[in-house]
Amino acid sequence: MALIDPPVVDRAARRHRWDTKFSPYAYVTPYFLIFGVFGLFPLLYTIWVSLQHRNLLDEGGARLVWFDNYAALLADPYFWNAMGNTLSLWLLTTVPQILFALGIAALLNRKVRTRTLFRMGVILPNITSVAAVTIIFAQLFGRDFGLVNWVLDLFGAGQIDWQAGTATSHIAIAVMVVWRWTGYHALIFLASMQAITPSLYEAATLDGANGWQQFWRITVPLLRPQIIFTTIIATTGNMRLLAEPLLFNPGAAAATGGSDRQFQTAALYLYEQGFTKYDFGYSSAIAVVLAIATIIVAGLGYLVTKRIQTE
Amino acid sequence: MRPTALAIGCASLATALVLSGCGSGTASGGKTKLSIGLFGNFGYAELLKEYESTHPDVEITDRTASYSDHHKNLAAHLATNSGAADVEAVDTGYINQFKATPDKFVDLNTKGGDQLKDRWLPWKWEGSLSKDGKQIGYGTDVGGLAICYRRDLLQNAGLPADREQVAALWPTWQDFMAAGKKFQEKAPEGVKWFDGGPTVLNAIVGQASVGYYDKSDKIVVGENKEIKAAWDLVVDGVQSGLSSKLLFSTPVWNTGFKQGQFATVTCPAWQMAKIKDQAGPEAAGKWDVTSVPGGGGNWGGSYLTVPKSGKNVDKAVELAAWLTAPEQQAKVFKSAGLLPSIPKLYEDPSIVDYKNPYFNDAPIGKLFTDAAKKLNPQYQGPKAGDIQTAIGNAMQRVEQGKQNGEDSWRQFVADVQK
Repeated sequence: MALIDPPVVDRAARRHRWDTKFSPYAYVTPYFLIFGVFGLFPLLYTIWVSLQHRNLLDEGGARLVWFDNYAALLADPYFWNAMGNTLSLWLLTTVPQILFALGIAALLNRKVRTRTLFRMGVILPNITSVAAVTIIFAQLFGRDFGLVNWVLDLFGAGQIDWQAGTATSHIAIAVMVVWRWTGYHALIFLASMQAITPSLYEAATLDGANGWQQFWRITVPLLRPQIIFTTIIATTGNMRLLAEPLLFNPGAAAATGGSDRQFQTAALYLYEQGFTKYDFGYSSAIAVVLAIATIIVAGLGYLVTKRIQTE
Repeated sequence: MRPTALAIGCASLATALVLSGCGSGTASGGKTKLSIGLFGNFGYAELLKEYESTHPDVEITDRTASYSDHHKNLAAHLATNSGAADVEAVDTGYINQFKATPDKFVDLNTKGGDQLKDRWLPWKWEGSLSKDGKQIGYGTDVGGLAICYRRDLLQNAGLPADREQVAALWPTWQDFMAAGKKFQEKAPEGVKWFDGGPTVLNAIVGQASVGYYDKSDKIVVGENKEIKAAWDLVVDGVQSGLSSKLLFSTPVWNTGFKQGQFATVTCPAWQMAKIKDQAGPEAAGKWDVTSVPGGGGNWGGSYLTVPKSGKNVDKAVELAAWLTAPEQQAKVFKSAGLLPSIPKLYEDPSIVDYKNPYFNDAPIGKLFTDAAKKLNPQYQGPKAGDIQTAIGNAMQRVEQGKQNGEDSWRQFVADVQK
């Protein structure tokens, strides 16, 4: 019986063909739409605004000035001061973060009692609010009644005005960031450590390698992809520190990051220009330059961590 | 990182939707919906209910934000001509910035404001008047200015504790610093004469005939001898060890009250509640209030403005005028302690005879109204707030020992001329 209608088969086949051809695009469309609206558009729009003179308080509105904002920025000593602080804080946060995280992960990888509790515990700082953390740490680093100074005083080190100095303020801010993010990185390292086959360590033990040697010659080299990943993630975060320096010195002058801008990061300078002076053209130019600097520094971090090698 | 970016995007989208839903309009029942944007505590909750009951055709929603968020959002809403409430409060610290763009607001002089003018202190009225004579806001409260001091600490250091005698110690700021040096000789360790250089400097600068700007909006602080003399005086006080080196309105400054780290603090009316909260019940009766050196003064106080972008500006103007009328300001003084900007009320016995039990029954009604009456208005330029921040930072650099007075002053002058 020739009951099968050839055109129907045709249509079904065509529909199947279209389905396999186009539906994958339909599945990924939501992501690209959302990325376009919340990722790509703001990025391009920021670049567009950075080419304008655009201050909210000006009656005249915006006008295109091309690269004037960039020229002013490159000649602005406060911008370079902020970039210097950014790099200093990047170094003071990223390096200890990775090293401490490796150490903590190695400790948690051992057979200790209630280790799940410890493993959960290290992530706790990360889920607390950054504002709350900063306010508490600002109290700990207080000049007159801070806990840190109290301890230092016990050892006869005297009182330190943590906010006043460049180095002291950077250390205080770095402590907050390291405290908050080390656990997060440690968990990433821990997951990878558990995937390293025990036979490598057994072989090394037979060859007479001690724990320290095993850590540096087996564990760390095998964690190379994770170290590269966390370095880049930490860099993108630490190059944009805003809440910590902003809330470290609350009050009317918070946006200047200290009396002499000693802990004003580039992101905080961006905030000062944009949200206290309403100069969005200049502020956007800072954002663009900071993004480029972040890519460069992340690239440097990649080049350094890539050199970790198995021997 | 991506989920975070997405979440922030959604949140801001949600905010945008809510904000557009916040706009004013006419409700289905024929009622006019008015919104009022406030910060901190204006003491308006009861008044708004009262207004609704006497004006059955009006429905009011109030939104309150923090001090800096409120003003930042207002600037953004005005620039984009959308999202502002029908009535928006503006603090003295921001009024100069907003009156530089008077066309964003309804000129209240065209809505009958010119006839109400005499209600307010003259300088309060001028404070919100634009250069071309447009009135952008009706005054709510004023701060006045006095000195709050610790009776017990002064007494222990061999100084008088009685209000009138203390006032006699410091007719001028030079005398204030001299008294401080005497105090410091006998003060216990860790206790200083004043809270911080920037706070004291701010009060002295406020009394100068010319401040940071001249009347053509040129920044003249670099050449202003009066301000430089004030600067040198405070620098000398700081370097003589009179300052606790605590920055105004920070957590450590709050702790300073609790710990009794300083003997005096410059004090506007609205600060009394703050001191009471921070110093706590155990310090009741230890604090007292007396007049400020150099005569009058003012710190803070607000205005109610009506942005032009609103849909019901006439009803909004009516509400702003009612809330700032003498009867309502008197009620706010009794409920929230905010000092009226209406000189007629300064004769009102309920205000002039008001005594604060926490401050050793000080006649604060009289003290603050005297200061407000004596104030010589000083012209404020558009970026006075930014310059105040910069001079505060400059004084802090001296306090922190980062720079000497001269270097820090030079850096400050260069900063504000940019």
